Amino acid sequence: MNSVNTAHSVVEPTPTVKRIAGAIVILYALVTMIPLAWIFLTSIKSPPDSISYPPKIVFTPTLEGFCNLFTTRTRQTPDYIQSLPAPAGACDEIARSRNMVIAGPSNYWPRFGNSLVIAFGSTFLAVSLGTLAAYGFSRFRVPLADDLLFFILSTRMMPPIAVAIPIYLMYRQFGLSDTALGMILLYTAVNVSLAVWLLKGFIDEIPREYEEAAMIDGYTRLQAFWKVVLPQATTGIAATAIFCLIFAWNEYAFAVLLTSGSAQTAPPFIPTIIGEGGQDWPAVAAGTTIFLVPILVFTIILRKQLLRGITFGAVRK
Amino acid sequence: MTDAPSTIAERSADMLARATPSKIAVRVRGLSDRAIAWLFITPTIALLLAINIFPLIWAVYLSFTNFRANRPNAEVEGVGLRNYQRVLNDADIWIAMQTTAHFVFWTILLQTVIGFALAYLIDRKFRGHAFWTTVILIPMMLSPAVVGNFWRFLYQPQIGLFNYIVSFFTGIPPSSFEMLGSVSLAPWAIIIVDTWMWTPYVMLICLAGLRSIPDYIYEAAEVDRASAWRQFWSITVPMALPFIMLAVLFRGIENFKMFDMVMLLTGGGPGSTTEVASITLKREAFESWLTGRSSAFAIILFVAVFGLANIYVKALNKVKQR
Repeated sequence: MNSVNTAHSVVEPTPTVKRIAGAIVILYALVTMIPLAWIFLTSIKSPPDSISYPPKIVFTPTLEGFCNLFTTRTRQTPDYIQSLPAPAGACDEIARSRNMVIAGPSNYWPRFGNSLVIAFGSTFLAVSLGTLAAYGFSRFRVPLADDLLFFILSTRMMPPIAVAIPIYLMYRQFGLSDTALGMILLYTAVNVSLAVWLLKGFIDEIPREYEEAAMIDGYTRLQAFWKVVLPQATTGIAATAIFCLIFAWNEYAFAVLLTSGSAQTAPPFIPTIIGEGGQDWPAVAAGTTIFLVPILVFTIILRKQLLRGITFGAVRK
Repeated sequence: MTDAPSTIAERSADMLARATPSKIAVRVRGLSDRAIAWLFITPTIALLLAINIFPLIWAVYLSFTNFRANRPNAEVEGVGLRNYQRVLNDADIWIAMQTTAHFVFWTILLQTVIGFALAYLIDRKFRGHAFWTTVILIPMMLSPAVVGNFWRFLYQPQIGLFNYIVSFFTGIPPSSFEMLGSVSLAPWAIIIVDTWMWTPYVMLICLAGLRSIPDYIYEAAEVDRASAWRQFWSITVPMALPFIMLAVLFRGIENFKMFDMVMLLTGGGPGSTTEVASITLKREAFESWLTGRSSAFAIILFVAVFGLANIYVKALNKVKQR
């Protein structure tokens, strides 16, 4: 990407070409953003507005979707609602205007919390193990290194459902089904293969001379690893961590098969949000919005670091 | 996160030092490189053995039995190759494989064409191209399950935005077609969402390919008065080809495994029009509880992906060496 400045080179496209290319790319980008914009707009619509025809772009925003996402409600008679004390907040007021009373909090935040714990826990483990293994493969002559590396990579080729059958049986045996620990271990195993490959690329680029100089100064190999290599590899470790985090955050197949209650993550939960008479789309959209925002922020802030992870480290500059 | 490597390394180093006979005992500080290499690699290999390889071997074993996970106490009998015979002779499974192949073909074709075109346009380096590249990347970062679930809303026949936009541009009444409910349109509904989500991925790899072509080649072509068309087909495409092939490989493997998006959009329906291999597998393993038989199917799938990927990588290496 660090191309030399070619301002007067023959290979520089003409301004017209640039303008046309820019217009097409921007049009494509805007069209692909429509579904995401629609998720956000739906999250602040009232249920009738969300299913009106033609689809409404101008409407009165409401917090009803978010309220419905965070609470469970029961239907009551108007007389009963009249007899209640004044509403305790905006959500209470909205619920009452629809002849409902808030019965308690929904499962959304617990599921969201599970997603956080499992995603961060597995990322931490995968990156820790991956860094050690990558250093081992990068610096030492490991017998059968190529075979081991290929073996590590090939574990990613299995369809998740194929792996899920024996994992399901194994977890049932060891009491790991529907536990956060089980999901953390599973996601770590899936992510560690990616982590080793990415990190090996990063560590390969740190000159061996740095550690050798440190060891001549009296450091042991472990100290040199800790004090010289790790600080140099920080960018690579961060990039790998983001990537593991996104995978674990978004994963659905294992989550839906191996968790059902206490350890369920948000992706299998969000599609199950229903209201009276079918899917409560504003609430689903609200849940989706909250779930997507962290990743959107990550993508925009950490774009450069992400690029390498996306291409699986296979595309080197 | 910076604490773990040291503690894990030191703890295991400690254990190793203690386990070493006193005569050749070395202090942890003086661990040989060989010992450190194994210390660093073993935890990863152990985890992969426990959570990837052991279950795989177990699945191989189960595939030769009549075990059913919902009847753990029933007697397990070996049935030899009968599960494999049944899977390979099952017409439904072959239909699922064809459906999968159909998806893989169309998604890869669309994503490669659009992705390469986008990469080519972005590489014209117009003003603001870095910003718009980031915007284009966003869909692929999101959860296919959560976003796929919302696409179900966009595809609603009367109220959905997708149908409205189509009817706006073509005049077809928006309630006259059901993207998810009709046999002919449902596969395309999934192909559209997959293309929306994963074209950026192909675009990125193609972009890396285009940027790896040195300017001097184009300059030399310019000196030789090669036309832009000629330059595109004789320089750009051949030199970016290994990257395009790599993108096709990654997308191919991923889409062969495609599960979440199909599960949430159509669940395999209507009928079994969009039932890809992963959905069939899920149905057999977790709804019919034919654990032995579905294990055999899983092994066949794995061998197929692995074999095809290996053949493909060989071809890729040949292209690279040219």
